[in-house]
Amino acid sequence: MTAPSPASSVATGPPPQGAPEAGAAPEKSPAVGPPLWLLLELTYRCPLHCVFCYNPTDMPRTGAELGTAEWLRVLREARAAGAVQLGLSGGEPLVREDLEELVREAHGLGFYINLITSGVGLTEARIATLKAAGLDHIQLSFQDSTRQMNDFLSSTRTFELKSQVAGLIRAHGYPMVLNVVLHRLNIDHVGEILRMAERMGAQYVELANTQYYGWAWLNRAQLLPTREQLQRAEAVTQAFRERVGARMKIYFVVPDYFETRPKACMNGLGSVFLAVAPDGTAMPCHAARMLPGLNLPSVRTASIRNIWYDSPAFNRFRGEGWMKEPCRSCPERGRDFGGCRCQAYLLTGDPDNADPVCELSPHHGQVVAAVAASAAAAAATGGGTERPLIFRDHRVSIDITAGPAGGGA
Amino acid sequence: MSAAGAVPEPGLAGLDARPAIAAGMRLQWEAAQDAHVLLYPEGMVKLNPSAGAIMSRCDGQRTVADIVADIERTYDLSGLATDVRAFVALALQRGWLEQAT
Repeated sequence: MTAPSPASSVATGPPPQGAPEAGAAPEKSPAVGPPLWLLLELTYRCPLHCVFCYNPTDMPRTGAELGTAEWLRVLREARAAGAVQLGLSGGEPLVREDLEELVREAHGLGFYINLITSGVGLTEARIATLKAAGLDHIQLSFQDSTRQMNDFLSSTRTFELKSQVAGLIRAHGYPMVLNVVLHRLNIDHVGEILRMAERMGAQYVELANTQYYGWAWLNRAQLLPTREQLQRAEAVTQAFRERVGARMKIYFVVPDYFETRPKACMNGLGSVFLAVAPDGTAMPCHAARMLPGLNLPSVRTASIRNIWYDSPAFNRFRGEGWMKEPCRSCPERGRDFGGCRCQAYLLTGDPDNADPVCELSPHHGQVVAAVAASAAAAAATGGGTERPLIFRDHRVSIDITAGPAGGGA
Repeated sequence: MSAAGAVPEPGLAGLDARPAIAAGMRLQWEAAQDAHVLLYPEGMVKLNPSAGAIMSRCDGQRTVADIVADIERTYDLSGLATDVRAFVALALQRGWLEQAT
């Protein structure tokens, strides 16, 4: 063996962070690695009705949920194909009564298991069983720090329950990890949110600005913060960081509408990430269901290995052959892979276009206009909303995929 | 989140330190990647053979001196103390390892 060196480790962070440089030659797909990161959206059922949910707005039209035996098969096949990080999400995954059984199997297979939950349904008995079954990590989502705002935004009375759940998570030896989705209606509360997180003993807090897909896309005009709100929130966050030091790590994810370069979405579709929807639809990103003509494969009829390596849907955006200008000749294409395909589709009608967050995109004006409209709306309503929000609900199911902005379906 | 940006030089870990894999992280051998990997909530670090040899011996029981001796014996090498101490210090700084208490 060679002498150890600090340069010896290679970080291959799954989405959303840490895009490794893709040293691939243009027009040539690099060798396809394994689907390292598996996300199972076990159900679309959820006790909450969040306005910023990225779940599809036509969810009742999707098929029946996979049964226990089918999820177990997906776990085995994905692990055999090299998957190692497992996210269990939804909807609310605690709604599934077989969650403990799935965790037990996944742990036996060697997955690192992260439960992404609102906490609703997490009792002392369930967390104890999940811990014994091998659950590695819990990420608790929080809507806001004030009960009124929390209950309004999630449309239920869950604040006290979440505080109790945070206590349970700590008591069972898990790091206390909070995820708070920010938007125009709560971003001014970021100081209170951070103080609440501190009281709960949070070690990690992710302040994630809303990404505009699904229900959030429908509510974008009411949710997009203004630039001034964003700057204030970042300043508050920075001051808080300086006060708490290493006790609490705070990640502030800036909404990409305020950026001039796109995010390296999923490190490129089909590179490390594989999501499975409740009905078994396999997707190269959680929102890919909206993309036209993708013909997403199903785990009901194809193996994970076949889906990952051979399906047209997972090969569709690999490499650079699909890119259009300005991405095609851009020196940064290996860094951001052209950004988000879903955002390109929603904003330009063509998923092969550059993500219009990029200022080099000829459609960047759409993003600028959305930010300007947000500022105007906030000014007109004193920071509130002029249109009613559309709460995520099975009874209020809307097909937005038929007519995105710019219409290209 | 991956460590990035300018960080102070981690220096060398003490020979009597007893490092352990940090809470919430897991080290395991991945046949599909032919490597040890360190798993944590937001991702994965793929370790090269040297880092894997060190990390897989960090059990909170053995001292850094024990680990150096074991690796030197296993691979029939000598003079690795400085390299191992530097790597352990780096891994402690990045939060991959923690000091057993």
